[in-house]
Amino acid sequence: MRHTISVLVENKFGVLTRVAGLFSGRGYNIDSLNVAPTNDPTASRMTIVTRGDDATLEQIVKQLRKLANVMQVLDFREHEYVDRELALVKVSVDSKTRAEVMQITDIFRAKIVDVQPKTLTIEITGDESKLEKFLELMKAFGILDLTRTGRVAMPRK
Amino acid sequence: MIKTTKKVPARKKTTIGPAMAGSEILVACLEREGVDTIFAYPGGASMEIHQALTRSKIRTVLPRHEQGGVFAAEGYARVTGKAGVCMATSGPGATNLVTGIADAWMDSVPLVAITGQVNQNMIGKSAFQETDIYGMTLPVVKHSYLVTDINDLPRIVKEAFHIAQSGRPGPVLIDLPKNVQQARTQPVFPKEVTSRGYNADRRATDLELNEIIGLIEKSERPVLYVGGGIITGNASAELRQFVEATGIPVTSTIMGCGAFPETHPLSLRWLGMHGAAFANWAVNGEYQQRTNVNEPMKQIAPGADLLLAFGVRFDDRVTGKVDKFCEGGTIVHIDIDSSEINKNKPANLPIVSDIKFALGRLIAMIKERSIQKKFDAWHRQIDAWKAKAPFGYNVTDEVLSSQHMRDHLKGKQSEIILSQMAIETLYELSGGEAIITTGVGQHQMWAGQFYKFKYPRQLVTSGGLGAMGFGYPAALGAKVAFPDRQVVDIDGDGSFLMNVQELATAHIEKIAAKVMILNNQHLGMVMQWEDRFYKGNRGNTYLGDPDNRKQIYPDYVAVCNSFNVKCERVIFRKDLRAAIQRMLDADEPYVLDIVVPYTEHVLPFIPAGRTVADMIWKD
Repeated sequence: MRHTISVLVENKFGVLTRVAGLFSGRGYNIDSLNVAPTNDPTASRMTIVTRGDDATLEQIVKQLRKLANVMQVLDFREHEYVDRELALVKVSVDSKTRAEVMQITDIFRAKIVDVQPKTLTIEITGDESKLEKFLELMKAFGILDLTRTGRVAMPRK
Repeated sequence: MIKTTKKVPARKKTTIGPAMAGSEILVACLEREGVDTIFAYPGGASMEIHQALTRSKIRTVLPRHEQGGVFAAEGYARVTGKAGVCMATSGPGATNLVTGIADAWMDSVPLVAITGQVNQNMIGKSAFQETDIYGMTLPVVKHSYLVTDINDLPRIVKEAFHIAQSGRPGPVLIDLPKNVQQARTQPVFPKEVTSRGYNADRRATDLELNEIIGLIEKSERPVLYVGGGIITGNASAELRQFVEATGIPVTSTIMGCGAFPETHPLSLRWLGMHGAAFANWAVNGEYQQRTNVNEPMKQIAPGADLLLAFGVRFDDRVTGKVDKFCEGGTIVHIDIDSSEINKNKPANLPIVSDIKFALGRLIAMIKERSIQKKFDAWHRQIDAWKAKAPFGYNVTDEVLSSQHMRDHLKGKQSEIILSQMAIETLYELSGGEAIITTGVGQHQMWAGQFYKFKYPRQLVTSGGLGAMGFGYPAALGAKVAFPDRQVVDIDGDGSFLMNVQELATAHIEKIAAKVMILNNQHLGMVMQWEDRFYKGNRGNTYLGDPDNRKQIYPDYVAVCNSFNVKCERVIFRKDLRAAIQRMLDADEPYVLDIVVPYTEHVLPFIPAGRTVADMIWKD
């Protein structure tokens, strides 16, 4: 089962290693991990997407809460939340395909951020299914490079 | 929105000191925490701190190996409940601490481990004696710090002691680069800890505790299963009151030995792989002993219908096959660490709480409305079990036909000393009052079986990590903490040899800790498994000299002589009692090398991952 965990941490030396260590120490893969400061510059929010059985996840959440630099852990299985992801995609184009790529970009409300003679770099934001769908369509033209932020999430309330 | 704004500390919550070097600030912080002893081995990256220590009232004990130092600090911590403090230099000094840090982690021992580190500008350059000790110890610390700014040092030390000693105790590492030790500043000493992430205060609600009382009233066969949490939580007095108010029998883990007096009629001693048969039956029920796991389990009498698991973690050495553990019972699990709840065994009533608080409230509730239920039939059943299978031993045929019998005893059966006899005699002659430390293995289990612990913090043993070599340095730490108490390390020849260099510490520092080596020339516990599961094939478990099996090797009398430590060897039973008495009477370190046969097995024995129906409890 897939889980999205949000961890609010103090911006201290080694916090990321401690958090990541709890996953690796239990043989758990992290699908994606995003870290950046919050409105309080001494705190950071991590959004971690992982998959595994409920018992192990319960352990990880409890272990996370034990870490001295962790202030809050939200396991989004139980909560209403919004989530987004941003991707930068470099797509191969030529004079014949450029227009079609631009058209699809438009439909997805994505943005072209760089134009080169043989490539377009596109910025797309949305939930996972939207990104997957867009990338699926771009595959036909040839994806040359891809960078994703991983999921960021926040509770609605 | 989540509020993360730091509370501005009110004024007067700090004291400002005169300008000092980082090393001096560290020592001043230790003094402020009430540290009276530090176990520290110097080196290039920590000598600044040793220099500062020469000007402090803190006693610096020099171990002869960093592992000895950290085990001694653990011994000190385990008997006092205060954080033990040890220090080592960078690189190999730091890595030598790792086993002890892991040991403190597994057994929830408050420990502050300080390591010197190379200069900050050399970190990451494979400098001489550089290791990333912070990274290396991450999985086995409660928390850790790499000090990068001298101005953070007072706050870090304050936090380190708070985290190590509060909640579920554990080890905290402070890695201190040499340039920070040498930098100078005016230190600002905080008076209290302000932490946004760490909160150790956990208290059960009356609603939860009331449910326990309801469950007790409904039960017929309740058992208390208590562990190290009672001891670290300083809740032994409350536990005893609770037991006497309810009449519920108590079994403990080996970490919980002494949490409840083992001499009390309601004590079931300890349970698990080598625990009392009657304790295992009381929890799981009595079964016909089966010889094959595929046979069905045939119950003779039912075990607990209510298990009050207080300050325990359902360790595999206690539960065996975990889904069969107390299968028919309702499980109430109280622990201060929420991650222990449902970790190994799901609880019917899980409660996250400080155990001293929870027991205190329970007692108050019972005082208002006493428990009506009497458990007379259950007590009779337990008494019958105790009579049926007490801890015991026999001189077996294997012993009588052993090499030891021919080589050392000239066939005189009456002169055989079994390990169990030696411990029984020690128990008797020390009046059951000594602090006992152990190594790891057969002797450790026998120490638990044949010494009855009356007080918390009386048994000091490496339960979770099972670190051989723990016994003697831990005894030194315990003796430093309580110079007027009798401290005896019951050790194996394998375990003792692992930190034998600490004889020098004992002699030079005048620490009168005693050792009783139960010398069977083998790694007894591994050998027991070889006998049971590998047809007795020996895989490097013989510790003597294969070219001269008649000789007891090494010669501990000669070894100790070179350290100026008194030692005698005992082979015959006629000499045992007087020799133990001489050891106890000595006012200096003393080693008693007792030669025992290797053919003994620790019983009862529930093989790993098996059930109470597989318990071997008769020879």
